[in-house]
Amino acid sequence: MPSLQSLRRKIAAFKNTQKITKAMKMVAAAKLKRSQDRILAARPYAHKMRGVLSNLSQRVNRSAHPLLQKREGKKIEVLVVTSDRGLCGGFNGNIVRRSAEFLRQCESRGLEVNVSIVGRKGRDYFRRRSWPIRQEWTGVFDKLSFEHAIDIGGDLTDKFVKGTFDELYVVYNEFKSAIQQRVIVEKLFPVDAAAEFGAAPTEGAVSGGYLYEPDEADLLNALVPKHFQVQTYRILLESAAAEHGARMAAMDGATRNAGQLIKKVTLYYNKTRQAAITKELMDIVGGAEALK
Amino acid sequence: MAGKILLEVVTPEKQLLSQQVDEVIAPGSEGEFGVLPGHCHFLSALKVGELRYRVGDQTSHMVILWGYAEVTPTKVTIMAEIAEKAEDIDVDRATEKVEEAERRLQAGGLPSEVKEAQISLEKARLRKKIAERTRKAGHA
Repeated sequence: MPSLQSLRRKIAAFKNTQKITKAMKMVAAAKLKRSQDRILAARPYAHKMRGVLSNLSQRVNRSAHPLLQKREGKKIEVLVVTSDRGLCGGFNGNIVRRSAEFLRQCESRGLEVNVSIVGRKGRDYFRRRSWPIRQEWTGVFDKLSFEHAIDIGGDLTDKFVKGTFDELYVVYNEFKSAIQQRVIVEKLFPVDAAAEFGAAPTEGAVSGGYLYEPDEADLLNALVPKHFQVQTYRILLESAAAEHGARMAAMDGATRNAGQLIKKVTLYYNKTRQAAITKELMDIVGGAEALK
Repeated sequence: MAGKILLEVVTPEKQLLSQQVDEVIAPGSEGEFGVLPGHCHFLSALKVGELRYRVGDQTSHMVILWGYAEVTPTKVTIMAEIAEKAEDIDVDRATEKVEEAERRLQAGGLPSEVKEAQISLEKARLRKKIAERTRKAGHA
């Protein structure tokens, strides 16, 4: 039987832990609110952009722009978007598991696969398993801004144009609601028409009679790289919001579990204490009896 | 021509507007263009300028700083880097910006700096102009 003192220490430790998890939950909730606002505000723009581009990609000659070219998909790049910090439940686990699965699938089809990573957690995972990591970006989520998207998106576009890879997939957590995230595998390069964009190009079923100002080539040159930056930005925002959501849920659970533990150990502590008192009393009574 | 067109204005920060309108006039990179319902498909880059849209005989204004416009017969989508409704512009701040840009232009410096100052002056003047006009119209 553990001593009373050790039980007291245990209770104090649980209480401390609970305080920490509670504080983390509060912080996550505040951050969630902010990043949620951002992603909800950024989504319409990104979706419009994607609609325009998918309309466009059906209409123009694909070879007109290096970023729209379709090549034989031999070399595949996978961008895994994880978080920098832990303590957010299954957030990183889910992502990493899904991407590892995806990577194995690709490899079994005999494709050459490479990994790029956003976020410290994903980097650590793949490093431990000694996967070659082509490129990593860490610490972007502390102060997420469009600059990061330009940085990451620009780098990947360059590599695609240079032919470092033929297809780019992104694995990230989509922010569904504060307590729900969904792991998504999305193909970013090359731009796919209808299948990728779903019902977006409904009104785009026109052939010819389309006007451009300035001319087509200039417009494409400006619009296509922009599109990828915007999409990268959206993905980063999704992931940031999802991370805070996941952390909030995880910390809420942890706080509740700590509460239960405290209750259980306190009960046990009281029982033990009472047993000790009863025993002492019996000793005294027994001693008094013996003196008679 | 029956019907209206759906005007949607989005920026990376938010969706600014989604409204049925009768007419849109936008600042295209090659000059202003007007859109009425049933316009042919059209994709254009936008420059710094004023976006006007009309509902009935009520015309509203908006400042657009770069972006793209996609026009279909029933819909106009404006994707702007920055967009502000005329009512939301603070005239005093806009005036301040004009002065600041003018000072920077006077100061001179590298060609790239001068260019930048010119652009921000153009931007600031436009915002000021539109804001002042809206304010006047509001008081009248």
